[in-house]
Amino acid sequence: MNVENFIPLNQLCTHYQVQFSFFSSLSEHGLIEIISIEQEPYIHEDKINDLEKMIRIHLELNVNIEGLDVVFNLLGKIDDLQSEIVGLKNRLRLYEN
Amino acid sequence: MEFIDYYKILGIDKNATEEEIKKAYRKLARKFHPDLNPNDKEAERKFKEINEANEVLSNAENRKKYDKYGKDWKHADEFEKAKQHQQHQSNAQYQSSGNYSDNADFSDFFESMFGGGSGTRGNNTKFKGQDFNTELQLELKDVYTTHKRIITINGKNIQLTIPAGVENGQVLKLKEQGGEGVNGGPKGDLYIKFAIENHSKFKLDKNDLYSTVGLDLYTAILGGEIIADTFDGKVKLKISPETQNGTKVKLKGKGFPKYKQDGVFGDLYLMYEIKIPTHLSEKEKELFTELSKLRNS
Repeated sequence: MNVENFIPLNQLCTHYQVQFSFFSSLSEHGLIEIISIEQEPYIHEDKINDLEKMIRIHLELNVNIEGLDVVFNLLGKIDDLQSEIVGLKNRLRLYEN
Repeated sequence: MEFIDYYKILGIDKNATEEEIKKAYRKLARKFHPDLNPNDKEAERKFKEINEANEVLSNAENRKKYDKYGKDWKHADEFEKAKQHQQHQSNAQYQSSGNYSDNADFSDFFESMFGGGSGTRGNNTKFKGQDFNTELQLELKDVYTTHKRIITINGKNIQLTIPAGVENGQVLKLKEQGGEGVNGGPKGDLYIKFAIENHSKFKLDKNDLYSTVGLDLYTAILGGEIIADTFDGKVKLKISPETQNGTKVKLKGKGFPKYKQDGVFGDLYLMYEIKIPTHLSEKEKELFTELSKLRNS
């Protein structure tokens, strides 16, 4: 597998100053996907935004891993609802003019 | 400059203990944290307010100064003098250094009392820079074809490819075109929200276009050919005899391009609107009367 789009977890531990156990707990709860390449754990770069959000919510709001799971499920729903609102608003414009 | 009541912002009493301040701050931070309130400017503003209030009230020295001069700070010369010697000490325990704040992290009121920002926000953790959000207004015809455009964000020109079929309200993310990273972290992203105005005669629903076409009475009754407008040109249409008012026809693939699907288009729906002739001559009236008699006999 090409490692170009993946970031090694140990690098992320140093970067964000968090323990490896935090990432493995996130992975156990299905919040992130850890990919093993040549026996080294990696995370896809596209997931960095979400990961940073998890770190912030965890550190700044003292939300534990279970709480993060709930938060991210709800944020996903908010995202879906917001997309639906945009779609509905666009359709509403059909009848407003 | 307006006086800001930090106690009121945190919803606490002036005699609140450190523990009560911390508790109130945490409760409000959980409510208004920008990560939990995506695209909510009001929540972002409130989060800044409560952070600022916490920054002051959770630090004993700052709180003492605020309590002493707060309300009358405009008239307190001593305070102005004291300000110059102020060594701002940050309580950054819960101060975020995330990518959600804009440039104005602290109010003018805060800066006049305690200097600009804390300077020691957060720990040394590297975080991605601030994400920038902007809105780009376009006409519907502008997004009919993929094209490049240069936009200026914070004085920087960015070349942007606008894909055909982008929808009103859709957000495009440009990686690492946002603010500088915190503590050497990567740059933030740029989010562009499209506001698409439709001043054309076509109505758009997803990728399908809708329009009405006027049809004269005689073509509707006897059949014939008409030229109708499509979004990017004209098309010849055969009209069947006895076409009814409100009849809809579908022109496959003549609609709007589908986002990121090269060469794939929605459909165009045309509705015929039969025009009844006006200002009839005597002869026409006579003939219509005859036709009517024929129909009703």
